Amino acid sequence: MTSRLITRKLITIICESCLEGQITQASIKLGARGYTVCDARGKGAHGLRDGSWPEKGNIRIEIICDEPIATRVLDLLVENYYQNYTFVTFVADVGVLRPEKFQVI
Amino acid sequence: MSDPVILFFVLGLTAGLCRSDLKIPGVLYESLSIVLLLAIGLKGGVALSKHNPADLFAPILIVTLAAMLVPIIAFTIASYFGRYKRADAGALAAHYGSVSVVTFAVGSSFLVRQSEEFEGFISVFLVILEIPGLLVGVALARWAATQTRWGNLIHEIITGKSIVLLVGGMVIGYFCGEDGAASIAPLFFGLFKGLLAIFLLEMGLVTAGRLAELKKSGIFLVVFGILMPLLGATIGILTAMVINLSVGGATLLATLFASASYIAAPAAIRMAVPEANPSLSIGASLGVTFPFNITIGIPLYYTFSQWLLGANQ
Repeated sequence: MTSRLITRKLITIICESCLEGQITQASIKLGARGYTVCDARGKGAHGLRDGSWPEKGNIRIEIICDEPIATRVLDLLVENYYQNYTFVTFVADVGVLRPEKFQVI
Repeated sequence: MSDPVILFFVLGLTAGLCRSDLKIPGVLYESLSIVLLLAIGLKGGVALSKHNPADLFAPILIVTLAAMLVPIIAFTIASYFGRYKRADAGALAAHYGSVSVVTFAVGSSFLVRQSEEFEGFISVFLVILEIPGLLVGVALARWAATQTRWGNLIHEIITGKSIVLLVGGMVIGYFCGEDGAASIAPLFFGLFKGLLAIFLLEMGLVTAGRLAELKKSGIFLVVFGILMPLLGATIGILTAMVINLSVGGATLLATLFASASYIAAPAAIRMAVPEANPSLSIGASLGVTFPFNITIGIPLYYTFSQWLLGANQ
């Protein structure tokens, strides 16, 4: 079973919910084929982000893509958003069954 | 006799300060805000259907111009006396330049309890005043910056939930008139105060969470949060005198000028002025100005309006 899995990058971005539109649209422009977003809560350098008010809400964006696209997405985040917004981003290798779904056509 | 909606706010505040596990689910908060915004829009639209909208052109222009003074005053006080950097002073200006729908709703419910009549078309001002103050605030914050995406910002404000629902409700109310709106009146008008009470319970909980943050920001923000609504209300009452509003109308216009946004403005400012510290402006508007307005401010503006306008009527 595992031999059928092809490795791709999974980027997980936890950030302020107001950035959803900008980051997802920019990722698609950079070549990502899709993304998944869900609401998130937690505590970190910016204190408790409990979602009690729209401005206190976090989201978790997940994007599976090729390594070159992952690099471009990370560059975009560092250049445009890291300075002023609450962010946690990490990248992991994941195995996918249909790699063509996650690469640029 | 106290207004029950204010007591619901106090209940929320107390529960929050006691660290109760009481929580209003986010979905309920969203649903309540949709009903409240539509109800205010509908009410304004029904009132507007009894007027010729063209007659409102001059008052709208005067009110809009007067309202632009509020963010300029807020910016000046925040930068000179508060010594905040440009971005933070501009963010504060945008919050105080914009308006709070819930404060307006509490104001109109206060006037109903006092059996004081007011012009129904005041809610047209509510819709219009949400926008210019925000833009002036952003302009002040970004005076020298080059990368403000004005198109995106204006699109975001105009297509934001609150404007869409308020304007949409108003258009529906205008075309249906009083008789047409009668079929939906039980939900939007009959249940209005009960729904507002639950919304204020949530506002109390949220405000309690802000008080701790406010302690870190210092005394200036507390003074600013009380001084600004008083200055805004004064401009509001003077403007109401210019456009010949009733005592009730003047109270509501003063309430609008005194109120600070804590829903639309934070979202817009976070995108337009990302370097501003959001906890400063939301701490002042939600932690100080909102509770001040609904408890002390509105009755005070009513007394002022009676004093200044009462003799003429």
